[in-house]
Amino acid sequence: MNAVLELEEAYNRLKDDENFKKELGELLKNYAGRPSGLYFAKKMTADLCGAKIYLKREDLNHTGSHKINNVLGQALLAKKMGKTRLIAETGAGQHGVATATAAALMDMECVVFMGEEDTKRQALNVYRMRLLGAKVVPVKSGTATLKDAVSEAMREWTSRIDDTHYCLGSVMGPHPFPTIVRDFQSVISKEIKAQLLEAEGRLPDAVIACVGGGSNAIGSFYDFLEDKDVRLIGCEAAGRGIDTFETAATVNTGRLGIFHGMKSYFCQDEFGQIAPVYSISAGLDYPGIGPEHAYLHDIGRAEYVPVTDSEAVEAFEYLSKTEGIIPAIESAHAVAHAMKLAPKMSKDNIIVITISGRGDKDCAAIARYRGEDIRE
Amino acid sequence: MSNIKKAFENENGKAFIPFFTCGDPDTETTAKVVRAAAENGADLIELGIPFSDPTAEGPVIQGANLRALSAGITTDRVFELVGDLRRDVSQPLVFMTYANVVFSYGAKRFISKCEKVGIDGIILPDLPFEEKGEFLPECREYGVDLISLIAPTSRDRVAMIAREASGFVYIVSSLGVTGTRANITTDLSSIVSVVRENTNVPCAVGFGISTPEQAKKMASLSDGAIVGSAIVKIIEKYGRDSVPYVADYIRQMKSAVLEA
Repeated sequence: MNAVLELEEAYNRLKDDENFKKELGELLKNYAGRPSGLYFAKKMTADLCGAKIYLKREDLNHTGSHKINNVLGQALLAKKMGKTRLIAETGAGQHGVATATAAALMDMECVVFMGEEDTKRQALNVYRMRLLGAKVVPVKSGTATLKDAVSEAMREWTSRIDDTHYCLGSVMGPHPFPTIVRDFQSVISKEIKAQLLEAEGRLPDAVIACVGGGSNAIGSFYDFLEDKDVRLIGCEAAGRGIDTFETAATVNTGRLGIFHGMKSYFCQDEFGQIAPVYSISAGLDYPGIGPEHAYLHDIGRAEYVPVTDSEAVEAFEYLSKTEGIIPAIESAHAVAHAMKLAPKMSKDNIIVITISGRGDKDCAAIARYRGEDIRE
Repeated sequence: MSNIKKAFENENGKAFIPFFTCGDPDTETTAKVVRAAAENGADLIELGIPFSDPTAEGPVIQGANLRALSAGITTDRVFELVGDLRRDVSQPLVFMTYANVVFSYGAKRFISKCEKVGIDGIILPDLPFEEKGEFLPECREYGVDLISLIAPTSRDRVAMIAREASGFVYIVSSLGVTGTRANITTDLSSIVSVVRENTNVPCAVGFGISTPEQAKKMASLSDGAIVGSAIVKIIEKYGRDSVPYVADYIRQMKSAVLEA
């Protein structure tokens, strides 16, 4: 508890500090490559015969996903707190890679916990983390996926607090993590707003993002929360379908619970045992959702829709062929929902889809899904 | 007055507190080993209700949780087990579990059932002091002690936690999760003295204790020693035949605590 109190104190002290903001701003610009582009997907728009579609290109960031936004902020914060070691959990490996990158950049030691199952699904990212100098610890407990990686990182943090910062990758866990991660990711919606105002002179009608814990989604939504006419849509991983047990769609199939330091929606059984969730996407394969998303759902400000494995894979292939952009399988969940929604909207409407990451890491797994075994 | 206090009102005022994971390897064995502990010197007994993701536990108790859940343990079956134990076990009994087990069952339903079957207190390692309002009203209503934990990192929060303590204060011996440790290096006596300045509620030390020497030392520093993983390891090794081994271990540990 003291560790999160110290973190909150340090964050509140530094978040409005001019030097901190300047240092982080320079890193985001010159190292991560921000702002990321807002690309008008002309071919996809023409093909779907409906709303105009824009893609927010978080896949073009350094390390290939939105995760770097949060990690650079937290690593800088940790450094200012005098920490010399970063630990992190990772699902798909994107947050692990981003953390390993920031640690290399800032001369910090780095240990990443990753479900053993995910180290197999995402072997390329395991290698990238090692290349960057991080130690990757395969987690064998429980279902050997993201939730177990989070549990193991929490266990590690309780045993070594003095020199270690837990660089949590999503808008989840105990306060102040959901707030800190949201603030660092909200750069996404700030940029979307400015870029779209410049391109179209107006706000979008809908913003669509995928949701596991929900960091790219909250980042994409945050600056639009007060703009009530902008629909905010989070796409959950339905796995093999929300009528099966092989799903990770928390809002659609879970109920209120207390776990991993937060009160939110969780997939669980009648006695509160956390369910072994499933999705083709290692990054969305988590049985909970960030508490702010649970709140946005409760007050009706955001909608959370399920997208199955097969819909996501089709969208993965569709965006690759149509726009020449290979999205992360996580982001493909958002693309899949936009493909359903756009044709029902008028040509004057505008949809923004956040492409949270690039899909190179997923190629081998998608090939396997299609019955093809590829080796590099 | 809390029934838990009785556990500390013996020969030397020091309690030996063993922990068992309910349903590992099955509820029949749990009933037998808990009775063996009660007959061989346990002053207070902690009963773990298994949770799928026990974030405060090391590998030994994590394993016990998974074995018990695979064998079909549920919260309802744990309540039945306690009802059965209460036919002849008179020592105070406390549950150790995780917040979601209580929350999901319904705080009122869970805690009223604790009172009904004879559970004296609840330990929830993932419920920080600052969030105890989640369950405290029901605990007060039904006279079940909500037991607070103090960690080596609690520092300026120790006094605050101690002032509102009920049942006993659970002092975590060292950083990290449950499991045996060769050495415990935390300055526990200064934590204990802050606790004692702020409350009359007894305090016991847990996490990492496995040998009689450690138990004696921890009980002499505080009011008792809590042992979990070392017992769970015996049950992991001997399964349904654990009773004599557990009984023997409890006797040894109790006599060490008596020397404290």
